[in-house]
Amino acid sequence: MASSKNITVEVDGANYNDDVEPRLLLVQYLRERLGKTGTLIGCDTTNCGACTVHLDGVSVKSCTMLAVQADGHKVTTIEGMAQDGKLHPLQEAFHQCHALQCGFCTPGMIMASASLLTENQHPTEKEIREGLEGNLCRCTGYQNIVAAVKSVADGVEYDDSGVQSGADKTAGVS
Amino acid sequence: MTSTTESSPAAAQKPEIGKARLRKEDAHLITGRSRFTDNMVLPGMLHLAMVRSPFAHAKITGINVTAAKSSPGVLAVLTGADVAQEQGSLPNAWPVTPDQKAPAHPSIAVDEVAFAGEVVAVIIARSVAAARDAVELVDVDYEELPVVLDLEEAFTDQVLAHSTLDSNKSATWIFDSAEAGTGTSIADALANSEVVVERTLYQQRVIPAFMEPRSIVVDPTGEQLTMWSSTQIPHILRLMLALTLGIPESKVRVIAPDVGGGFGGKLQVTPEEIITVLAARRSGKPCKFTETRSESLQVGHHGRAQVQRLKISATKEGIVTGLSVNLLADMGAYLGLITSGIPILGAFMYNSIYKFPAYRFECNNIFTNKPWTDAYRGAGRPEATFAIERMMDELATELGMDPLELRAKNWIRHDEFPFTTVAGLEYDTGNYEAATDKAIALFDYDGMRDEQKRRRENNDPVQLGIGISTFTEMCGLAPSRVLGSLNYAAGGWEHAQVRVLPTGTIEVVTGSSAHGQGHETAWSQLVADRLGVPFENIQVLHGDTAISQRGLDTYGSRSLSVGGMAVLAAADKVIEKARVIAAHMMEASEGDLEFANGSFTVKGTEQSTTLGEIAFAAFSAHNMPEGVEPNLDSEATFDPVNFSYPHGTHLAAIEVDTETGHVNVLKYVCVDDIGVVVNPVLVEGQVHGGLAQGISQALYEEAVYDDAGTLVSGSFVDYLVPGAPDLPHYITDRTETPATSNQLGAKGVGEAGTIASTPAIVNGVLDALRHLGVKDIKMPCTPSRVWHALEEAKTTGGMQ
Repeated sequence: MASSKNITVEVDGANYNDDVEPRLLLVQYLRERLGKTGTLIGCDTTNCGACTVHLDGVSVKSCTMLAVQADGHKVTTIEGMAQDGKLHPLQEAFHQCHALQCGFCTPGMIMASASLLTENQHPTEKEIREGLEGNLCRCTGYQNIVAAVKSVADGVEYDDSGVQSGADKTAGVS
Repeated sequence: MTSTTESSPAAAQKPEIGKARLRKEDAHLITGRSRFTDNMVLPGMLHLAMVRSPFAHAKITGINVTAAKSSPGVLAVLTGADVAQEQGSLPNAWPVTPDQKAPAHPSIAVDEVAFAGEVVAVIIARSVAAARDAVELVDVDYEELPVVLDLEEAFTDQVLAHSTLDSNKSATWIFDSAEAGTGTSIADALANSEVVVERTLYQQRVIPAFMEPRSIVVDPTGEQLTMWSSTQIPHILRLMLALTLGIPESKVRVIAPDVGGGFGGKLQVTPEEIITVLAARRSGKPCKFTETRSESLQVGHHGRAQVQRLKISATKEGIVTGLSVNLLADMGAYLGLITSGIPILGAFMYNSIYKFPAYRFECNNIFTNKPWTDAYRGAGRPEATFAIERMMDELATELGMDPLELRAKNWIRHDEFPFTTVAGLEYDTGNYEAATDKAIALFDYDGMRDEQKRRRENNDPVQLGIGISTFTEMCGLAPSRVLGSLNYAAGGWEHAQVRVLPTGTIEVVTGSSAHGQGHETAWSQLVADRLGVPFENIQVLHGDTAISQRGLDTYGSRSLSVGGMAVLAAADKVIEKARVIAAHMMEASEGDLEFANGSFTVKGTEQSTTLGEIAFAAFSAHNMPEGVEPNLDSEATFDPVNFSYPHGTHLAAIEVDTETGHVNVLKYVCVDDIGVVVNPVLVEGQVHGGLAQGISQALYEEAVYDDAGTLVSGSFVDYLVPGAPDLPHYITDRTETPATSNQLGAKGVGEAGTIASTPAIVNGVLDALRHLGVKDIKMPCTPSRVWHALEEAKTTGGMQ
């Protein structure tokens, strides 16, 4: 077993200093050492995107980085997205648009979406779909995810009624 | 429906059924406070890694674990021989025939492996890394045996998948309408009809590919063995662990915490679950096993995998007279929990929405040296729907008739319900005309046909096809007596408890263990509606056999129409229990009390008391009526009298680039009739997700094997789970004919999209290319296959 390396990383606003095995993946460091289990592992080939986090504000798949590569950098996970008890607009939009079912892809999908909107503040539906192609979802068929991201780009404000506006088509049922 | 705040009791009076409630489940999932099994860490926990066979069929002649045992961090290595006396054989709960054959299925192979990926040894170590490192150090000697991978070849028995069996045939199951008395003779229909179309269709092997890899934690400390598992079926799993390992059921607790999707793929009792129990018992420490994605794709059960030989007969006018179905169904190497019954579920669905009089279904369940198959979203019904809807299009082509017109000539009209089908089911309600009319309007069917004609006339390189799928399915699995008649080991009821806590909040316990469907939200709506209490005051508990003692779990679009009914029945019992106490409290007679909006009121007076007040009175129990127990708890079980029959019409506009073979779904319209809707938001989500999986079977997914039986598409690099750019925007709508098999009128929606969409897409691809001589394309209709089909049609002049 190779010797440990010492790293200093800021994760979700807190500073950590740890000795890690050089082969330890960033996602393993986050989950197993820091207890940041909000970030999930869905594959072993960097295809699914469940482990997506931000490194200095840019989305990366944390299964494709070693923990030692994050040394000296700032990492944001899904657990650091809500600020002062208020959800990030994308978290709110995913809830409002029913953009999650089992919720396993959701942390990565939200992190990838946030990065996408940083790069392109007003994406078209096509641009959103292409921007999220590195994140797989097996439950939603993507339509509501696309709608959630679009709603944030469009600045849609949601009420807190707990009922989706405009979603009920019962009236139109024959 | 307008948006209003529902926090006050007065607001709770508004109807909850049909309201577009946002999910209660979301808050923890969008913030990363998830409780997936792999997040679990217990004191002293050990980690497992599996040593798997690289060969699809081989004798194990020796295993040397010495090097692995001395690897850093390794505590023990288990082989099949080590646990041969205690591991039992994995269960099959559905012996479809009395003479069904099945090999013994030890969790760790002892003498012989029958598919690549089968576990031959297990490493128990301090860390995942240490366990995986040691996998490489286990030295297994194999004597390779011939493999049989192709279903049609396996049927010939020239190569046997198991050396312990004398045939690859597990069972033959036959339904004949003439013999069953549900219809006429298929032989007569085929012999005497003016038109007979014969086709062989292929259902490729696909992989459920839920996003959360399966994970198991077993804690053997204490008196009760506790298992956390990423499973759809905590209740069935508990029972099967007890039966397989000989542990008293009362000593086993199974918890399904957050579960990251299932789609049937987690409706299984797995070798890894048994192995984790064995490892935890041996080590006396909590043990965890989380599969890698490659393992998940390789050894988690697969779906579909059938060869369908079909004959449909009709008159020249397009009246269908009979259907003959002869199936080969790939079991894989072993029978899982309901592997053997999956194709049999389809037997009742090949006649679909049509009323032809003669039907014969024969299925041969066949072993191959591939991983087991079992439930995958739709489970038998998508295969059946694909077959009949493809055949209706083939027949329409043969007759030169519009495929929608052919369907309308043959489907059960709305005024003919209830209708007993040629397969012996009684369809209670439906309105195929209404759903189809709505779909036609949304799709602009005539406009699309015009556009198709224009592109054909112009020899447009991008041709347009219109794919049609009209379908029904049997949902709400299932009436227990029907399951019994099919020789399934368990029933189909569901159980629920409703408890009013002393502070007036409510706990609902359900046996339907959800994994993304939104039961917590929907069940809260049901109880808020029935008890007249605020939605927010209801907590739904599930997925832990210590909390939800009884249940039959979640699959087969059963949760609302069976589990939801149990919840309502339990809520009704609470009302009746509370009535007695309320009458005593208000010194009124029970008959004078009216229950509405969460309160009992003495008729004609303003005197009333709330459920919360009654619950507190019962809790303090200072002044209870004689002989009444001091609580407002109830439980109920619901067993449906019939299946429910969702139906719908799906229309797809498919563009095919004749130069590249690329397929584009230009427009997808689906109108589903799933009966009464409790929450349209959840319904929409289920439809979208179902469509994605069905479309994906048509265009993208296939478990591909090399000649040695190694899975080639063994990672997400090679197994194409579609991403956002690969799928279209769906246009969805509904019609509503309530089911009569449950008081709610609900039919089920979990599988509808998957069942209907696969034939819609393939029919569309073929409709785009038939005039160029293309007759069939095997799924998935990849650019390569489409292009090759076009090239072949050119060289043969379309006469294949």
